[in-house]
Amino acid sequence: MKDDVTPTDPVAVQKSAAPANKTVGDVRCANPFMVAENINVFYGDNHAIQDVTLEIAKNEVIALIGPSGCGKSTFLRCLNRMNDSIDSARVTGTITLDGQDIYSKDLDPVALRARVGMVFQKPNPFPKSIYDNVAYGPRIHGLANDRAELDDIVHTSLERAGLLKEVKDRLDEPGTGLSGGQQQRLCIARTIAVNPEVILMDEPCSALDPIATARIEDLMDELSENYAIVIVTHSMQQAARVSRRVAYFHLGHLIEVDDTDKIFTNPQHKLTEDYVTGRIG
Amino acid sequence: MRADSQSSRVRVESGLGKRRRREIIFRTFGLVATLVGVFFLVAFFATLIANGSSAFVQTFLELDIEYSEEALAPNGEIDLDFADFDGIARAALRKKFPDVTARNERRELNRLISVGAGYQIRDAITNNPELLGSSVAMQVPAAANVDMLLKGNIDRNVPADQRPLSDQQIQWIGQLTADGSLATKFNKALFVNGDSREPELAGIRGALMGSFYMLVITIALAFPIGAAAAIYLEEFAPRNRWADLIEVNINNLAAVPSIVFGLLGLAVFINWIGIPRSAPLVGGLVLSLLTLPVIIIASRAAIKAVPPSIREAAFGLGASKMQVVFHHVLPLAMPGMLTGAIIGMSRALGESAPLLMIGMVAFIVDVPGNFSDPATALPVQIYLWADSPERAFAERTSAAIIVLLGFLLLMNLAAVILRKRVERKW
Repeated sequence: MKDDVTPTDPVAVQKSAAPANKTVGDVRCANPFMVAENINVFYGDNHAIQDVTLEIAKNEVIALIGPSGCGKSTFLRCLNRMNDSIDSARVTGTITLDGQDIYSKDLDPVALRARVGMVFQKPNPFPKSIYDNVAYGPRIHGLANDRAELDDIVHTSLERAGLLKEVKDRLDEPGTGLSGGQQQRLCIARTIAVNPEVILMDEPCSALDPIATARIEDLMDELSENYAIVIVTHSMQQAARVSRRVAYFHLGHLIEVDDTDKIFTNPQHKLTEDYVTGRIG
Repeated sequence: MRADSQSSRVRVESGLGKRRRREIIFRTFGLVATLVGVFFLVAFFATLIANGSSAFVQTFLELDIEYSEEALAPNGEIDLDFADFDGIARAALRKKFPDVTARNERRELNRLISVGAGYQIRDAITNNPELLGSSVAMQVPAAANVDMLLKGNIDRNVPADQRPLSDQQIQWIGQLTADGSLATKFNKALFVNGDSREPELAGIRGALMGSFYMLVITIALAFPIGAAAAIYLEEFAPRNRWADLIEVNINNLAAVPSIVFGLLGLAVFINWIGIPRSAPLVGGLVLSLLTLPVIIIASRAAIKAVPPSIREAAFGLGASKMQVVFHHVLPLAMPGMLTGAIIGMSRALGESAPLLMIGMVAFIVDVPGNFSDPATALPVQIYLWADSPERAFAERTSAAIIVLLGFLLLMNLAAVILRKRVERKW
């Protein structure tokens, strides 16, 4: 973490205090898998996201950080069209997933969400058994041909979420009876049971204690081998630990995107610097 | 600083007494209010049971009935149209009082027997023609006034012209009691008979069946329609001015006086569509309209109470709107929706005003056998009996209220059990 930058630093002098329209750093990446171009989101008259462009590569963890209300969660929810359910929300710009426009008329959000899974801030298992929680996605999408196959999906998903050992003897017990950290891993297992290509995580550890958080972070590391992970977090330490790239949002603008090391040690933008050094936020 | 916190402590402590007094006053208020409520409830139930419990037993007169050929088969074979069944009962009673011969005395004596005695004798001989020529001891219903005297509802000490029984009749009843001819038995008639002008023969079966048929129609119509409307309005309908308008109107409908629904039923179902009046079908339709707003409002509240995180989780997994609603929202909302439905049903069961408008207040003796037979309903029956002058109907009114309350209690119990069952344990 960088805390020795003074206002007289020659680099810092160039940094502008006002939100710029141009994002600093590099919004592009080597093998873009999901590409958001010029995204604007309006909630009624409120312009929540302003002209954000960002590329997300396969097998990377990208962290979205920024002060509360900066639009990072809103941006995240654009990526699997969860904003559709909010009547007043309007999204402009294009987002492509593997070259396919996800806001096009012929793309069903149901199909999109099977490819772009989501883990929420508060663990939200269904009030059903652990087994049914994980099996729900495969069931509605018809991913398993028979019971054995479904059993297999449930077991592998729980295994990959690091939960199988703890729950394998009580799969028929309610998922809501687990501890907070276990519930969140159950939600991750439920998400990966559908075998998505991208996993969106909206502050997945904010309701968890440090030990449970550490387990989820380890899990993210493992999952990034197979999935692109976009994580919104309030914890800069977490962003520093789990992500390869970091995107800093401020008041609806994407201020700066760069490799994690660079954001935390040598941010190019004044606002990014203020935020990562703890002066705002 | 020290002095400041010292002085605030003094202030806090000086105010404590006042706060505590206020709390005690408020708690006393609450306690008094609860006690007043409990007192009236207990008083209500006590008077009901005191007035109504005697209606569950009934006085019967034991007579030696002679199925004489002369009375039953004046033309050689049993002729049910011309046979004098009442005469047989009267003759049997007169045999107990051989010295009663004068015409007006005989008439007074005859009044101790209910007209139900003749019907009972007719039924006995019809079911078993071999009785002809034999003599059998039989318990026939006594007249309502006999019953009332024995239950202490007729004051023997008031002058004879102010009570329905003469001194002579009271003396006969005393004799009958002394020789053991009068017996009190469970009042089966109250549950198996329809309405009657004679209190000792009147029963609530017709009203009960009418209420049953109406509730069947109400639950079959109001719950599915109400639930579907609530789901559509809450989950699928666009939020716009029309939705607001509909919401306001539904809330208004829930507060519309019930008699207005009766007028609507009269105008639409009877006059326009042409469904026969007094039929449980019309009653059920009207009560459905009446309970629909209640069910819709309760169901919407139950659907609204489902945590949004569950919806988000399901949407996030790629569930379609229908799947979210039917797999996740409805199972969680069901207990609340069922509670709303049963509250609506309870209201429908206790409703009488709209039924007055659609002809269900008529005097109907026959027990309805289907949805289009003329019928009445329990609360209307209570109203009809409460309106009758005979003293014996007063206790039957209370008895019918007890039965109605019993059914309401059962329904609410069913609601609790159903909710417990449907409710998820986690």
